[in-house]
Amino acid sequence: MATLTCNIVSAQEELYSGVAKMVVASGEMGELGIMPRHTPLITRLKPGQVRVVQEDDEEEFLYISGGLMEVQPHVVTILADTAIRAGDLDEAAALAAKEEAERTLADKEVGMDYAKAQAELAEAVAQLAALERLRKAVKRSR
Amino acid sequence: MAGAREIRTKIKSVNNTKKVTKALEMVSASKIRKAQDQMARTRPYTQMMKQVAGHIAKANPEYTHPFMVERDEVKNVGFVIVSTDRGLCGGLNTNLFKKVLAPMREYEMEKGAKVSIVTIGQKANQFFQRLGGNIVAHKSHLGETPQLADVIGVVKTMLDAYREGQMDRVYLVYNDFVNTMTQTPQVEQLLPLPPDHDEQVHRGWDYIYEPDANVVLDDVLVRYIEVLVYQATVENLASEHAARMIAMKAASDNANELIDDLTLAYNKARQAAITQELSEIVGGAAAV
Repeated sequence: MATLTCNIVSAQEELYSGVAKMVVASGEMGELGIMPRHTPLITRLKPGQVRVVQEDDEEEFLYISGGLMEVQPHVVTILADTAIRAGDLDEAAALAAKEEAERTLADKEVGMDYAKAQAELAEAVAQLAALERLRKAVKRSR
Repeated sequence: MAGAREIRTKIKSVNNTKKVTKALEMVSASKIRKAQDQMARTRPYTQMMKQVAGHIAKANPEYTHPFMVERDEVKNVGFVIVSTDRGLCGGLNTNLFKKVLAPMREYEMEKGAKVSIVTIGQKANQFFQRLGGNIVAHKSHLGETPQLADVIGVVKTMLDAYREGQMDRVYLVYNDFVNTMTQTPQVEQLLPLPPDHDEQVHRGWDYIYEPDANVVLDDVLVRYIEVLVYQATVENLASEHAARMIAMKAASDNANELIDDLTLAYNKARQAAITQELSEIVGGAAAV
């Protein structure tokens, strides 16, 4: 009997990897049951359950909070999201990031002072280099 | 014995410092491994993303996503700078800022472009804020295990700015973890996505897209960029621990040397005091 390889990965870890007879996931446009030799397909996934029917007819259930599924004739890859994604949630996160920046930036004149930046960094680098030299000199004198 | 006592207090204080640096060193040493594991775990996802994005882009040459188009005029440049939250990690942040300052200056001074900055991590924020950089988004305190969700906000801010033309090109700046001894500051172009040089064109077959190719491609690219930024933060975290470990090891070694020197001085002072006392007694006895 034909089988397919199923990989389920998220950005933070590999969730599942193995040989399967069938993979069932909830695509954005409906439930999908993928059998071997399926036509290449890419779909977005809704948050929900993924069911993997393994070779020994054991079933593996995974919950994913959305993502993408790529189907090749003998490989199914699910790129799972690690967090629930929704437009307004993302928007809130973006706003928070902006606010954070504004909060720290409150009373600052605009325009970056490159000369000052370079001077400061040069000083810091010189200090580090001096420390390194000093260490070496001390070692040698021992 | 006054001299000897002072030296003894000093030895004690150096010893306390040594305890702190030693502890920091060991903490970082154990955290490196965790950070490295995390780095390894993101790799399969990134690879798959890249593969899928590359395939879609090649299979649909008629549709080019804005993230992949090089703009003629670069008037606004964005820098996403990933730094550490805390110090005591040697020259890690300093070297990174030094590296990014050169292109920043070049864009602003010579090409007349406007530079905006997105910071991840306290140190970058403090540094560029103090120098009056235009920081448009900021995120810090990602902790020991950064989550992808942590970077969504800043990435979205940046992508929105890019879509609206407030940024024409975006660079990602972080410390690349080569190994425990070496971390190299990196300035990579994030947007527009550098073209893939893999010349293998998949003609003849294409995916079925649900809902449709453009939507899927947009999704894939957003996630791809998110994961690139996420990977940079993880990479930077590993670099931070490695750099801190090395810096703290050097500090502990220094403390040891200092203690050796001080102990020698202490023994000398003690000996001198004893000798003096003896000679006083002998002198006193002779006088009687």
